[in-house]
Amino acid sequence: MNSLIWLPFLPLLGTLVPLFSARLSRTACAFMTAALPAITLLLILSHAGDIFSGERFFSSLPWVPAIGLELAFRLDGLSLLFSILILGIGLLVILYARYYLSAQDSIGKFYAYLILFMFAMLGVVLSDNLIQLWFFWELTSISSFLLISFWGHKADARKGARMALTVTGAGGLALLAGLLLLGHTVGSYSLQTVLDSGDLIKASASYPVITVLVLLGAFTKSAQFPFHFWLPNAMAAPTPVSAYLHSATMVKAGIFLMARFYPALADTDLWFLLVSLTGLATFLTGAYVALFQHDLKGLLANSTISHLGLITLLLGMGTDLAAVAAIFHIINHAIFKASLFMAAGIIDHESGSRDMRQLNGLWKYMPFTATLAMVAASSMAGVPLLNGFLSKEMFFTETLHQASIGSLSWMIPVLATLGGVFSVAYSMRFIHDVFFNGEPINLPKTPHEPPRYMRVPVEILVALCLLVGIFPTLVVGDLLYSAATAVLNGEVPHYSLAIWHGFTYPLLMSGIAMVGGLIIYTNRHHFFKFQAQFPVSDPKLVFESIIQSLAHKAQKFITLTENGSLQRYIFFALLLAISMTAVPLLQLNTTAGLRPEIPIDAISVTSVALLCIAGVATVIWHRRRLISLLMLSVVGLIVSLAFAKFSAPDLALTQLSVEVVTVILLILALFFLPQKTPKESSPRRVVRDLGLAAFVGGTVGTICYALMTRPLDTISTFFLENSKTGGGGTNVVNVILVDFRGFDTLGEITVLGIAALGIYKLIARMRLYMPSSDGKGRAWSEDKYPLLLAVISQSLLPLALLVSAYIFLRGHNMPGGGFIAGLITSVAIIQQYIAHGVNWIKQRLKLDYQIMIGSGISIATLSGLGSWVFGHPFLTSWFDYFYLPVIGKFELASAMIFDLGVFLTVVGATMLILANLGQLTTSERATQKEHD
Amino acid sequence: MEGMYAFSVGLLTACGVFLTLRGRSFSVVVGLTLLSYAVNLFLFASGRLKLNAAAVLGESEHYGDPLPQALVLTAIVIGFAMTAFAVILAMRARADLGNDHVDGQIPQPKSSLSQKTGGAK
Repeated sequence: MNSLIWLPFLPLLGTLVPLFSARLSRTACAFMTAALPAITLLLILSHAGDIFSGERFFSSLPWVPAIGLELAFRLDGLSLLFSILILGIGLLVILYARYYLSAQDSIGKFYAYLILFMFAMLGVVLSDNLIQLWFFWELTSISSFLLISFWGHKADARKGARMALTVTGAGGLALLAGLLLLGHTVGSYSLQTVLDSGDLIKASASYPVITVLVLLGAFTKSAQFPFHFWLPNAMAAPTPVSAYLHSATMVKAGIFLMARFYPALADTDLWFLLVSLTGLATFLTGAYVALFQHDLKGLLANSTISHLGLITLLLGMGTDLAAVAAIFHIINHAIFKASLFMAAGIIDHESGSRDMRQLNGLWKYMPFTATLAMVAASSMAGVPLLNGFLSKEMFFTETLHQASIGSLSWMIPVLATLGGVFSVAYSMRFIHDVFFNGEPINLPKTPHEPPRYMRVPVEILVALCLLVGIFPTLVVGDLLYSAATAVLNGEVPHYSLAIWHGFTYPLLMSGIAMVGGLIIYTNRHHFFKFQAQFPVSDPKLVFESIIQSLAHKAQKFITLTENGSLQRYIFFALLLAISMTAVPLLQLNTTAGLRPEIPIDAISVTSVALLCIAGVATVIWHRRRLISLLMLSVVGLIVSLAFAKFSAPDLALTQLSVEVVTVILLILALFFLPQKTPKESSPRRVVRDLGLAAFVGGTVGTICYALMTRPLDTISTFFLENSKTGGGGTNVVNVILVDFRGFDTLGEITVLGIAALGIYKLIARMRLYMPSSDGKGRAWSEDKYPLLLAVISQSLLPLALLVSAYIFLRGHNMPGGGFIAGLITSVAIIQQYIAHGVNWIKQRLKLDYQIMIGSGISIATLSGLGSWVFGHPFLTSWFDYFYLPVIGKFELASAMIFDLGVFLTVVGATMLILANLGQLTTSERATQKEHD
Repeated sequence: MEGMYAFSVGLLTACGVFLTLRGRSFSVVVGLTLLSYAVNLFLFASGRLKLNAAAVLGESEHYGDPLPQALVLTAIVIGFAMTAFAVILAMRARADLGNDHVDGQIPQPKSSLSQKTGGAK
């Protein structure tokens, strides 16, 4: 059943439709947008029969199976229920929005966001993988941000959207942590596996952490107390968005999450306590606050909070029947709340106001809409024969049959009835204040009925309220049963959806709620007066001030740690690194290992002494830069000698030639930099730096010594054994570079090329002034290039190139190779530059170093690609032996082509750097054009 | 011998670190160069020190570890590229900002007493 994978992606494809069809008429755009979700809905409904008979569908596309990454979807009762809500109400909202949005609003953009959100929600409810579920979860946060802030020119919308994103996004992070922990505990990220290992999860030590984190995600999304404040502020969104997000989808995602993980996480005291108490608190706060809202949408928003609390409370009661009631109420709330939001939108749209102090007596102006809204509001209040009554009745029944909070459990039915009382009161207010209660006051427009089709979605939903209310089993029986099976992951207890159960306690509670609600509504002025005594606190202001103080603190911390001083950063970075390195050393008992040391000889002692003197001299004279540089070159020379002594001829050659190039480069650079460093470090800083330097040096030296005196267990035996037979060369270092680890070398020369090009661009447009005198104020000599040097270097050039060619060719078998040959060639060319000057060379040597780098890397890559032609992996080398009459036996290896690439890149990069820098010293500076 | 070698590596590291912590770009570049010598020697030493044991087949009886040598060889070349990049960056910074302090501006002395020692030319 692979078609499941396409289900959520059809709407994703649909996000493009409105963008293209927006320039057509609005109606065309709406219909075209609705097409793909409608098809998706039909596809899903086509599975409904099988699901009602107890089947579940799974399909997955593996990605990285080793770490549990896959694209996995499932369709069971719960997914089916939510998909129908998401797509069904989504389609109605599309129709509704076509009339709601004004001509100034970009309807294409609106639909695109809406469908994106629909896609995200479908992804959440259809996911069968934890990580994937979280991904879609976050996508709902982001797409709802876009929807809430759709009227981005209003500050309210921006702030409300930001708040919703912050709260739900933070919850999303908690959820991610929880899901990762959950997957880790179970050992699989597959949702079905997780749901089947409920006992394992509940027995594990991380269960409390998982539960709290997952619930944080659910509570923030579903606007549960104390995270409920974002929902009323999200009412700045266009009403179709509110109707969609805050009835059937966004806020229900948190409820979905709790229902989804019900088999895995519920059924423990921790769950019951957290979920039921949070639900109860939310249920009561929402119901109470809703009564005092003057804004129609504000009333509905708080009522939504209250109903979400009710569902949460049901999920936290711990009986199977309560879970069934929760699912039933999810359906009912979605239906009546969507229609109420739409009705509120119609009222706002046709009368210009949402303030219940202005809106009065609308019955006369819009009797149809008024009837519809009154039916829906009655359902919200729980009036018999409507769907809200049925699930509220089940809710009251369940409050009587639970023991969530021990001996205090009797309080729950009492508080539930109290919540019911307020629900009736605010529903009364919605009906009476808006449609009756005298005449409208100062309305911007004369109210009238909306366009015919704007009312259609409301009519459909209200009809559903009645149908479900009167024939519950017929209309939603199967859907409810299969969803309950999915939530309980097993047997569903017997329940009855009958309207009449006889004279029972729940009926009495409903009765009390009705009468109490009426009493409170008629005496509402006393409550309003009482409520007016409290100082008004706007959660938006509180939230903003918290965010701002956080930002302020973060800023303070940043200025404390990031003061813009590189010296300070380096100091702390080194201190941290070396401290972490030094700690394990404390556990090492002896510094010296068992490996015997090489005896000391006089030459070595002299060299080390020289090295130390030169090194220290570099530091001591570091403010006299030229001398410091000379000392530095001494260090480099001795380092290359050390390589030669300790059996690394290739390194010695490389170090020697790099040393020459480096020193020439630094001297050139020094020409443009100040010749001396001013003395500006305070004695304290010098002492501090010396301390750190000694600490770092000491640690590194210790590690080096400890390392060298311990026996070596190396993987290099492989290279030594296979160098000749596999790579065709006896110089193992070179064979490693061009063959065994050829891919690394390819990376290295690429980096070298990039560095050279970066330098080339840095030199471009550099506005340098040439110093007219040296550090002591002596003018630069005007002498031409010394003749002797010119003659010698010119006659040396062919010889140097010959040596370079020799070194290159023998590299595979004897010390040498592309790197060294490249450096030798560079030094030879640089010498020509020094002896003759840039202008002279430019006329005679027409080399484009950029092309050289490019062709070098290309040749190396192509030689690697060549092995593909012969059906071998990238960079497989080939070699064979040939005989020629005069020369005799010789070897040809494809690795030599690779080495040629290395050679060209090294020459190109070195020369690009030095020649361009050298050019700055002449009048012949690179023109702007040359660099572009 | 190993002791002397390790001492040199440590000393070069210390010199490199001290210069890297200076406030002028050229000193930092010189410090980085010293540090890369030290690092290369350190990496090389992880193959242990051996005399007359070049990793060329048939040239000696036992061979030094060729792997660290190959790594250090590329490290030397890349180290050159890095030094070059740093020094050109220093030049560019001086050209664009008018000074060669690593922070792009010369820190103002805190009190008038230290004015003699700190400051630009």
